[in-house]
Amino acid sequence: MFYREAGDFKTSYQDDSQTFPIAFDRYRYYFVVAFAMIVIPLTINEYFASAVLVPFLIWSIIAIGLNILTGYCGQVSLGTGGFMAVGAYAAYKIMTAMPELNIFFVVLLSGGVTALVGLLFGLPSLRIKGFYLAVATLAAQFFLVWLFNRVGWFYNYSASGQINAPTRTVAGFEVTGPMASAEAKYLFCLAFVILLGIVARNLTRGKLGRSWMAIRDMDIAAEIIGVDPLKAKLSAFAISSFFVGVGGALFFTVYLGAVEVGEAFGINKSFLALFMIIIGGLGSIFGSFAGAAFIVLLPVLLKNIMVGGLGWPTDIAAHFEFVILGGLIIFFLIVEPHGLAALWRVIKEKLRLWPFPH
Amino acid sequence: MKKLATLATAAVMAASPVLADLVFPSLSYRTGPYAANGIPFADGYADYFTLLNERDGGIGGVPIRMVECETGYNTEKGVECYESTKGEGALVYQPLSTGITYQLIPKASADGIPVHSMGYGRTSAANGKVFEWIFNYPANYWNGASHVVNHILEENGGDVTGKKIALVYHNSAYGKEPIRTLEELSKKHGFELSLIPVDHPGQEQKSQWLQIRRERPDYVTMWGWGVMNQVAIQEAANIRFPMENFIGIWWSASENDVLPAGDGANGYKALAMNSTGSDFPIYGDLQKYVVDAGKAAGAGDQLGTVLYNRGMYAAMLAAEAAKKAQEIHGVGDITPAMMRDGMEALEITAAGMEALGLPNFGPEFAVSCDNHGGPGLGAVQQWDAAAGKWSLITEFGPSDSDVINALIEEDSAAYAAENSLTPRDCS
Repeated sequence: MFYREAGDFKTSYQDDSQTFPIAFDRYRYYFVVAFAMIVIPLTINEYFASAVLVPFLIWSIIAIGLNILTGYCGQVSLGTGGFMAVGAYAAYKIMTAMPELNIFFVVLLSGGVTALVGLLFGLPSLRIKGFYLAVATLAAQFFLVWLFNRVGWFYNYSASGQINAPTRTVAGFEVTGPMASAEAKYLFCLAFVILLGIVARNLTRGKLGRSWMAIRDMDIAAEIIGVDPLKAKLSAFAISSFFVGVGGALFFTVYLGAVEVGEAFGINKSFLALFMIIIGGLGSIFGSFAGAAFIVLLPVLLKNIMVGGLGWPTDIAAHFEFVILGGLIIFFLIVEPHGLAALWRVIKEKLRLWPFPH
Repeated sequence: MKKLATLATAAVMAASPVLADLVFPSLSYRTGPYAANGIPFADGYADYFTLLNERDGGIGGVPIRMVECETGYNTEKGVECYESTKGEGALVYQPLSTGITYQLIPKASADGIPVHSMGYGRTSAANGKVFEWIFNYPANYWNGASHVVNHILEENGGDVTGKKIALVYHNSAYGKEPIRTLEELSKKHGFELSLIPVDHPGQEQKSQWLQIRRERPDYVTMWGWGVMNQVAIQEAANIRFPMENFIGIWWSASENDVLPAGDGANGYKALAMNSTGSDFPIYGDLQKYVVDAGKAAGAGDQLGTVLYNRGMYAAMLAAEAAKKAQEIHGVGDITPAMMRDGMEALEITAAGMEALGLPNFGPEFAVSCDNHGGPGLGAVQQWDAAAGKWSLITEFGPSDSDVINALIEEDSAAYAAENSLTPRDCS
């Protein structure tokens, strides 16, 4: 009844090609953004901001990045953790080398550095694909972690090999460092999520996105109809790495403040990002958010219910967390193999017809 | 998602009753590759507080509430635990993880909550002038590195020129911590140092031990934790490395680390910073008030092990500091800031330990405004596989403070400069 195309007249081409052509969808989107920007910062407590929402936002950026590469362009990558590390270490080097540079640009620059590194590791994708490419990107993961552990220049020769984010401000508010308020951290990450979300959405439905999807669906056919695989694949690697690099930089500067490459950006991070987009839905921006929410928020929620609410011992709760999360992953993949985004799509189809199913 | 958030908020709210109590968070890890070492420590920590609650009604008449949070030795979960427990009035954090300690140092300093990293964490936190909220008494890694070298010196009649010592370490902030000191000491004493990193979690060490077999170092020392310890000791036994020349830090020194290697581990040496075994009067009370009452933490099967004792020691030091804080400020329900004053004024004497039922359990020491690190005493213990127990083979001795104090000054000055801190005036 509310969710339909009928009656929503478009009088210009611009209107016709907007992101959310259905009015209800559009208002929902405005509502979510307004809620995230106004209501949450006013009501949030420190625990929720710094331990729950900030990692969720950062992981959303990373999931969108990986989704561009794997979901839209069909290039499987297991190097996400390594690229996050590139973003983090680039941010650290830029922050310490240029203390007066605004952190906003530091994060964007780190994304740029990561894009270059991603381009480099994307080169093998021109010759190999599928599992073989996955192994090549796995090499990137291990090489990058080893590099940041081994070469002292990257961590400014600190004795422990850790990197620490110095305090930086945006418009007078501290967003990194120990004194940063929860709201500032949250809003800083949210700004990046909204910005990059819009960029990703528009990239994926434009010419570039279509060329990625053509490569994903059948690379030979795409080449025949005039898609340049070199350009499509390398641009996917570069843009995906840019997103992941921004995510990695935020992960280090805003969320953790101090990282150690082996633990913060190990192979398990690569898998986590891959799980997010598989559960959320390959080739979907909404799916990236849904997957990040599933992987980041659900364990925290389960923990709070089992330990905080029910008073279970922490070890039993931790084990049950694995069981429930694993069970849910299997359940979702059986019920909806195309991820949570496909579930959302089905709901939208049903909503269009509701309440008259015929 | 919003619904999830409200649900979780409700769950958190439900868990925090409003009562006058002393909150001691326990950031423990009972799961994952470090659980073998995390469980006994967490049990000891919890049982000591349970004992105080059951026997004495808490500390100074105020009951203790211990909030346990599972970190899995993972820094992100550690941060989550910190954020979720600090609102409950946490008095002191003991995360039992160098990585998490590094995370908490700036955060806790900003929030005004003391951190006690007992024998781990950032070594230069011993400088109380720079690290106002961080304590690492009674000993730190650099003391440990020096104890290892001192023991080797002793065995070689004071001359180790040309000897080769290999450091097998967990490739993280924890394992890298002693390198600086060992490098200084190698310059001073003329031994050759080779560094052999083991990546998390350390289940696979074939190549490292092949390297040791090829390089034939005279001594191997180890900064390991969790499953890495067991694997390293097993591998050392496999390549028939003489166990008496293999010396671990006090975190590579528990029964769980040597038992899997069986007889092969016989003669393995490790440092100790507190006494081992269950031969203390306090164990009678523990049995009566905690174990027999069915209130023991975990499975209740860790009593008397090295790490259980260390967990108990950590809890004892925290409780004594809280007592001191109550004395100084004259109130029972202390705040984290008062707790910090108590920790800074803490004095552990032989008589005091005896009164607690823990005679000669650890070294005597006093904390002061500028020294948050204690005296750094340590001893060497050796594993007897046939008897299945550790025995101390040296007295608790001092470490090379000339080398270490200079390094502490240097590293804490670097931290102060990085964070534009002005060191406190302690005179």
